[in-house]
Parts: sequence; C-alpha cells; structure tokens
Amino acid sequence: MKIAIASGKGGTGKTTIATSLAHLAATDGRTVAYLDCDVEEPNGHLFLKPQILREEPINKLIPVVDADRCTHCGLCSQACRFGAIACVGQQTLIFTELCHSCGGCLLVCPQEAIREVPKPIGLLRIGTSGPLQFVEGVLNVGEAMSPPAIHAVKDAAPDVDLTILDCPPGTSCPVIESVRGCDHLLLVTEPTPFGLNDLKLAVEMARALKLRFGVAVNRANTGDREVWSYCRRQRIDILAEIPDDRAVAEAYSRGEIVVESVPQVAECIRSLLETLQSGAPA
Amino acid sequence: MKELVVISGKGGTGKTSIVASFASLAKEAVIVDCDVDAADLHLVLQPQIQRREDFTAGSKARIMPGHCTACGKCEELCRFDAIYYDGPGNGKVPKTFRIDTIACEGCGVCFDFCDDKAIEFEPAVCGQWFVSQTRCGPMVHARLGVAAENSGKLVTHLRRTAQELAARQKREMILCDGSPGIGCPVIASLTGASLALFVVEPTASGRHDFLRVAQLTMRLGVPGILAVNKADLNEEVTSDLEEFARQNGIAVVGRIPYDPAVTQAQIARKAVVEASSGPAAEAIRDLWTQTQTYLHRSAPAAAGGFVQLAGQQQESTT
Amino acid sequence: MKVAVTAQGADLDSPVDPRFGRAKYFLLVDTDSGEFTAHDNVQNLNALQGAGIQAAQAVVNLGAQAVLTGNVGPKAFTTLQAGQVAIYPHASGTVRQAVEQWRSGNLQPAAKANVEGHWS
Repeated sequence: MKIAIASGKGGTGKTTIATSLAHLAATDGRTVAYLDCDVEEPNGHLFLKPQILREEPINKLIPVVDADRCTHCGLCSQACRFGAIACVGQQTLIFTELCHSCGGCLLVCPQEAIREVPKPIGLLRIGTSGPLQFVEGVLNVGEAMSPPAIHAVKDAAPDVDLTILDCPPGTSCPVIESVRGCDHLLLVTEPTPFGLNDLKLAVEMARALKLRFGVAVNRANTGDREVWSYCRRQRIDILAEIPDDRAVAEAYSRGEIVVESVPQVAECIRSLLETLQSGAPA
Repeated sequence: MKELVVISGKGGTGKTSIVASFASLAKEAVIVDCDVDAADLHLVLQPQIQRREDFTAGSKARIMPGHCTACGKCEELCRFDAIYYDGPGNGKVPKTFRIDTIACEGCGVCFDFCDDKAIEFEPAVCGQWFVSQTRCGPMVHARLGVAAENSGKLVTHLRRTAQELAARQKREMILCDGSPGIGCPVIASLTGASLALFVVEPTASGRHDFLRVAQLTMRLGVPGILAVNKADLNEEVTSDLEEFARQNGIAVVGRIPYDPAVTQAQIARKAVVEASSGPAAEAIRDLWTQTQTYLHRSAPAAAGGFVQLAGQQQESTT
Repeated sequence: MKVAVTAQGADLDSPVDPRFGRAKYFLLVDTDSGEFTAHDNVQNLNALQGAGIQAAQAVVNLGAQAVLTGNVGPKAFTTLQAGQVAIYPHASGTVRQAVEQWRSGNLQPAAKANVEGHWS
C-alpha cells in the first residue's frame, strides 16, 4: 500500500506526520519504506537520521549532436517545443538545462546525428533508519526541474508492505509527480485561512487526479473552525486531529521524531495509521 | 525602483504574514504574490480585481477519437506516460488512445509523428493573472489552474507586470512574496531582485532549507538579509542560523517572537501590524525599518527582471 | 550592412524594446540604404521557455550582422555569437536613434551577456 502525505501549504506538519507514520509502522513489524519526494528541500532525513548505504546520481537524458553527421538542417530546432536547440550557421547548440528529455529531436533527425547521454541533476540516497527503509532524492541547487528526480526516488522504492511518500508542498508539477499512483492521499492542513485556502487547492488536485484522499488537521486546537465546516460541506473525511503542543514544536525544532518524544501525539498518529490502512474512508 | 523578495526555502514560516505587514507599512509599494502554487496574500489584502487575463503557456496534445486508428505509435513514443488505450471506439477500432492532459508535458512528439493526423496540439490556458487594488496599494497576483504547470513563466510575468506598473505609477518599491523550494518558481522569483529577505524558523528543517535557498540566492547574485521567526522556540538553532548568515555575508536584521496574535490577525483578515501591537507586531515594525535601510543600499531592480551579471557560466554543446 | 533592432512597434520611430527574447518586433535595418523590414516575434513572445535562444536564431537567419537591444541573456548571447552576430546592448530611445548611436560609435559591443538568464 502506498500512502502519499501532501499539503497545499508548506509548514503544516507534513514531514512530522510522514516520518511519524513511517517510524510507527516500521516498529510494528511491517516492512515499511519512507520516500522523501520533496527533492528541492528534503527534510525527512533530519528526523529519521538514516544510515545511508548507497548513493547514486540522478540523471536526466540530454541530446548530443554528432558534428560529423549533422547537416544543420534545423529540423531538431523546429521540433523542440522547449526552445532548447538552436541551429545557427554551421553549429547546432543544445541548452541542456531547458531539455525535458522528450526524445523528439532524436526522432526527427534524418541523419541520426543525435544520441542521448545522461546528465546528473541530483543524488539518490538509499539507506535504513532502524527497521525502516529510507530513500531520498536531493536535487542539485540551481537545477530547475524536479519531476525527473522525483521519478527516480519512486523508481528506487523497495518492495514493501507499506510505502509512505513525503511530498513537496503546493499543487503543481512536482506534487503531481509525487502523488501519482498512490493508493491513498493524506492532505495535511492547519485551521487558519491560509491553511484552508491551500487545502481547497489540494482537494481540487486530488479530485482531478481521481485519488482517494482524507484530511489531517494539525494544530487542531488553534485558529478557527472553518476547515471543519468546509470538510463537512464537501463530505471529506477528517482522519486525524493533532493538537498543538509546544512540546511538539520543540521536538520538531530539535529534529526528533515526534511520536518518540510526545506520547499524546503518538496516540493520534497510531489511530491515523490504522484508519489509513483499514482503507475505510473513501 | 527597488524590489524586495521575501523568501523562506521551507513553506509555512510566516513569509506571507510578514509581506502583508510590510505592505501595510510601506503604503506606496506595488505588491506581487509570486507564491503562485499556494497564493495566500489575497486572503489578508482582499484585492479588488481590476484587470483579469488568461495565462497561456505551452501546448497540450489531444487525440481526436474519430481519426485515431489505434496504431499505438504515440503511446510508444511518449516519454511521460501520458497516453492510455482507453478512449472511445469509433467504428473502425473498438477502442482508441487517449491523452492524460495532466501528465502531458507538451513536447509535441505524438502530434509530430502521428501518421493519421489524429492529434491536435493547441495552446494551453494554465490559469489567470490579475491586477488589483488593495488598501495597501496595487497588487499583481495569479491563480494557477488545477494541476497546472509552468509557474516559473507565470512568476516572471507577474514580476514584469509589477515593474511596468511601478514605472508607470512612479512607485519606488516592489514587494514580492516569493515561493518555497529552490526550483523553477523560486529562481524566477529571485532573478534580478534588489534584495532577498529570508524568513526562517529555528528548526532542523528550517535551517536545512535556508542553507539551500541561501546558496541559490548567492549564485544568482542577489544580496540577502535574515529574520528568524518564532525565534524563542529554539534559541540554540536561532543563534546557529544567525552565525551561518553572518559568515556568508547575509546581515541579520531581526528576531520575531512566537505570538498567537499572528494567527489571530490572519483569521481577522488583517496584517499583524494592523491588528496587534503585541511583541510580534513590534518586532515586524523594527524589521521593516532595518529592511528599508538595506533596500536603500541595494541595486535597483533591473528592467524586465534581469540582473547585471557577477560571473557566469555557459552551458552549451556543439 | 544589416542591423537588427528590437522594437516595441513596427517602424523606425518605435521605442527600442529592452527585452531581447520577448521583444515585440525585430526591425532589420539596411544601414547603407536606410531601408528596413519589420518582423514580428509573436511566436517567441508566447514561448514556454527558450525565447532568447529562438529569437537569436531568428536574427541570425535574417542575415543580421549586428543586433542593437537593451539586454541579452547568456543563452541568447551564446547563440548570437555562434551565428557571428555582433551584440550591442544598452541601446535606447527610438530605433532610428539607436541606429544613429551605433553609427556614431556610441554603442559598445558586449564581450559577454549583460544580464543573468531567467526561467521563462
């Protein structure tokens, strides 16, 4: 079973909940993997403190032109919708940072003068945190395109009973790439106007992707009650309400797994895990 | 004209609350919400929309079922798993191919290579952008469609629009709410700005993400200043953040204490400095004074979202 | 000699467009005869990305030997250089004035891009 943890807004407690769920499930004897799909800002390792067993480069494929074969016909430049190829005079220039690896230039070249080579855009780190399997992707700073790195993290996932995917914030391409194919999506929010606004966007995304999803309200005893009214109107299940507690914030700030440090939160997370795995909510 | 970008690396650190307060204190600024993925600033500033435009970026493919012969070539060539064999039948074949528009990257390969001319490739509307009036001055913002992409291009467009507006109305300052992360939209938010204000929380992850976005900012040649939000949550990490900043030429300009008035202000749809005179509001006022000093010293925002190059690398092959 | 100037309109009295990749028009001016042709840049204006590169390629293909504009980013610069087009950034005023500035030697050719690339 694959459970993705996401939220429209950043800083709602996604990683706190994802690391806690993964840690609890793994200590219960199931085989569990935690995947950090937030390749721009991966944080799970700060809490899970994994032992990294191997590292591999994450590559994207980029085209290379064989100058001897190239006749400067310009077809590759015309075919590239991403503006990454220029044919000027006797040169064909390729701007690899704009390349989306679609392969169109290779297909269109009548001289078969283009081949693809891998270019590193980040690092895949695979290891264990106690009984928990750990995979994260780290995108190189200055690299703009994260979906290929997220794809690599998901490809490297081990075959286990339960996979927890910690997703990047927002609702655009990196999130879509992360949540695609999950069995259940948990949207983490907080009961504030910002939290609710971003939850609505995340719900729209979940519905567009036809994913089964539920909501976890973090810091549930702060803010206002609008999130509850919204979920009731929209018939969305609230699967967990996690109270705000200075002990949680402090444990988090120190980089501790919250379920280890704060017992009352551990109870919330345990019941959330059971709900998610029972598959009851629609 | 100066452009201040408020940025955080990690989301949810209080960036938008600070931008709203700055907008209220500045009065004369043009405000831009570059956090197009999770735009929240409008909830506090309650803009009256005056101009509304569609935002188009790239194209998306669509299979015309009547023309599809189900040969499967498009599915084979698509690198983005965007083509499925579950479209309606058409008399010639029992089922046709269909394109998942969310997965479609807009590369046009299927369109170019379809032997039966069964694929359309049309410009895609990804969202809308707005020019509005708020109680704190004009605001440029946007709403991306569900699962829409290309937010980097949209961010660049919003900043350009704000620059044109500021030039036309002779406003001296652009105040920009940046987006989280270090990818495309963030690069688009920062390129060519006068100054970046990092709003960071003293947590293990806040620290980690700050280090990465600070690297990015340095690489783009944008000077930075740091404010630690909820600084009293962990004094040790706060000091550590400030030390890192100083070592990297990032001035430390403020500490904001944890204060429930911040959430209360948000619920009342007000900026913290409008709703409260408590400790957080006071700290934000001080932060604004400090920020203005650094902003005056910084370089003007270059026309069209450009920055003069410090040093550069070129990446191209022949 | 043929000189390409980025312009906000289609005639010699239009202001120079400071943007290169997303300029509204390119005016190709024959500096010997004073004749010109206007070429719109709509395709690149709305491009997803890579507008600078594609605009540079278009300028090379128009047969320009020099380009007068406001700012040129690194990718457009590389492309223009490969096409052996001399690059004069910091042009201002109308197209006519920019050509005059260039003719009288008041525009300096760029040895490298004068602006950072950006993602659009």
